Amino acid sequence: MDATIFASAAINGLLLGGIYTLVASGLTLIYGVLHIINFAHGSMLMLAMFGVYYLLTKLGIDPYLSMLIMVPGMFLLGYVIYKGLIGRLSSGKDENILLVTLGLSILIENLALMFFKGDSRTISVSYSDRMIELGPTLVPLPKLIAFVVSLALCAALGLYIQRTDIGRAIRAVAKERVGARLVGIDVEHIFAISYGIGLATLGAAACLLMPMFYVSPTIGHVFVLVAFTVVVLGGMGSFLGAIVGGLIVGLTESFGGLLLGESLGQIGISLIFILILLLRPSGLFGAKQ
Amino acid sequence: MTTTSPLSRRLILQAGAATAVLGAPGLLLAQPKPIKIGLVHPVSGGLAYSGGQSRMGAQMAIDEINAAGGIKSMGGAKLEALLGDSQSRPEVGVSEVERMQQEGVSAYLGCFASGIALPATQAAAKYNTPFLIDVGASDLIVTRGLKNVFRFKPGFGACVDDAIVALGEINKAAGGVAKTAVLVHEESEFGTGTAKLLAGKLPGINIQPLETIKHANPTRDFSNVALRIKGLKPDLVIMSNYQNEYVLLARTLHQQKVDVAAMFSVLGGGFNFKLVQEQPDVALNMMDFNHWYNPRNPKAVDMRKRVEAKGGLFTFEVYLSYTSIMLYADALQRAGSADKEKAIAALESSTFSDHILPYGPTKFVNGQNQGGKGALLQASRTDINVVWPDQFAAAKPVFPRPKFS
Repeated sequence: MDATIFASAAINGLLLGGIYTLVASGLTLIYGVLHIINFAHGSMLMLAMFGVYYLLTKLGIDPYLSMLIMVPGMFLLGYVIYKGLIGRLSSGKDENILLVTLGLSILIENLALMFFKGDSRTISVSYSDRMIELGPTLVPLPKLIAFVVSLALCAALGLYIQRTDIGRAIRAVAKERVGARLVGIDVEHIFAISYGIGLATLGAAACLLMPMFYVSPTIGHVFVLVAFTVVVLGGMGSFLGAIVGGLIVGLTESFGGLLLGESLGQIGISLIFILILLLRPSGLFGAKQ
Repeated sequence: MTTTSPLSRRLILQAGAATAVLGAPGLLLAQPKPIKIGLVHPVSGGLAYSGGQSRMGAQMAIDEINAAGGIKSMGGAKLEALLGDSQSRPEVGVSEVERMQQEGVSAYLGCFASGIALPATQAAAKYNTPFLIDVGASDLIVTRGLKNVFRFKPGFGACVDDAIVALGEINKAAGGVAKTAVLVHEESEFGTGTAKLLAGKLPGINIQPLETIKHANPTRDFSNVALRIKGLKPDLVIMSNYQNEYVLLARTLHQQKVDVAAMFSVLGGGFNFKLVQEQPDVALNMMDFNHWYNPRNPKAVDMRKRVEAKGGLFTFEVYLSYTSIMLYADALQRAGSADKEKAIAALESSTFSDHILPYGPTKFVNGQNQGGKGALLQASRTDINVVWPDQFAAAKPVFPRPKFS
């Protein structure tokens, strides 16, 4: 196999990893603060993708422009869901939050099936098929945009968490809940904000995905297992881990497909998952317990 | 002073109630028991769209039969759908079969995916309950000696045979421009079986398979596959995949400007009106050998209009499920009973011809209808046309298709 094909596979893998990074960043943030795995992550991504689909098909709003609606919209949805449902039903117990998000995912998916029907939908925009020459390969413009914007958004989110008061409060709650409450931080508010930010990243991811992917009520399943792998690989709660983990998983999938065939190639993702759990359960950048 | 009437109000009420109770069995006897048909379709999970379409077609047939007075030879017995959901999973399909058996099902209809149909039909065989396969391509479904299984449409063996004839003819007419092919298929029984048959038969029409590429469900990115195909420079790309991967692969090959004489599929899961509507540039000139209604049958044209008027798409699942119910109703009418043995005997001897597909009367051999034929379809920018066989063709094939550059 010649070097050109290897280089092309590397580029494809990195670009794919960019999207995984963004989907996983919300998951890792929610884990970092609430210490729970958000089982509703996949169904929320699906909801956001349908939002982008309808904004284009009903109102003619370009998917990238719809980020201005979807990001705050999903944040608000996340905030309200946490305040109105998860926070109330959890009674302060982490395992309850887990079950509530699991229930939510089943509910949302089945409601989507009822309202949107089971078919897959795609959108076509003027730049859908525009190709950019990148080294030895041609890359669809939406894929390149998705990669650049994903990494930029992840970096911006990392900076937000590091530099702003809300960010500091989020970090404080993540590290020491009781201490944060003692110094006057409204912990429930921070939980809701974190959940909202987690969903806002999905709003952005949906806008970046729709020009190149399809949406159906079960689309969450396509991404959520990969997102979990990225979070476990990078370290639960770590943004840098989400970026590095996303890129590694993207590369693994791409090279796995190239070397082992597209069917067997996906085994690489599961192998990473198992190996990390065995050898380094805290992930590459996760804090040791 | 109050006088008591011998016919007090209470007595009249009691007499009325007694009459109602004693008369009820008579009324019940006058109303024949509904015939329960278990619809085992994947209406959730990855195959939900196709399952929903199948259910819609079956329900349309049941409603039509009931509105026309039910099964006349059974005193106007109505058909009743027991709705099942296999959740796109074989084991759930089997448990739905068992559940419906408890509920007194007379026959089953399903299952869209071969992987679900294989165990589900086996489960139904334990009770000798007729199982009509509306969609399910694998020939294993009807070659295991199960007496209760009947498939109206052709399986992938017959489809591949006819697709090869169609491809051979249009290639010959174009001067034999296609000499090589790459096959891309999904990893389950449907894709693997179809690709294996195709790879074996292509050399017979002077087309050499260069490589067979298998992919997982779901596959999120086909860039490497497109790259591989570009490197191999085949004249044809032949696909066998379910809807989502079909669309993603077609789109990636279009984006990567892979120049071929045709993108061709057999029973292509994503080749439908939705693809033409949503991705007209991608769909343009793609070819698929698939089940199709008879465009010259007024009932079929009317049914398409009715489905589209409700905002639906007239996909093959709809009319195959519809026709399979009609086939069963015809068997009940002749059997005069929903008794399983009698219904199976009536299906075995069926010569059902009042249907909307381009087939002749049914003739079942080991549960497989021998007259079923697919058609070669090609997408235009706005519609899908039959381009082969000639007697049903609505357009001439565009083959080879124009190059990108």
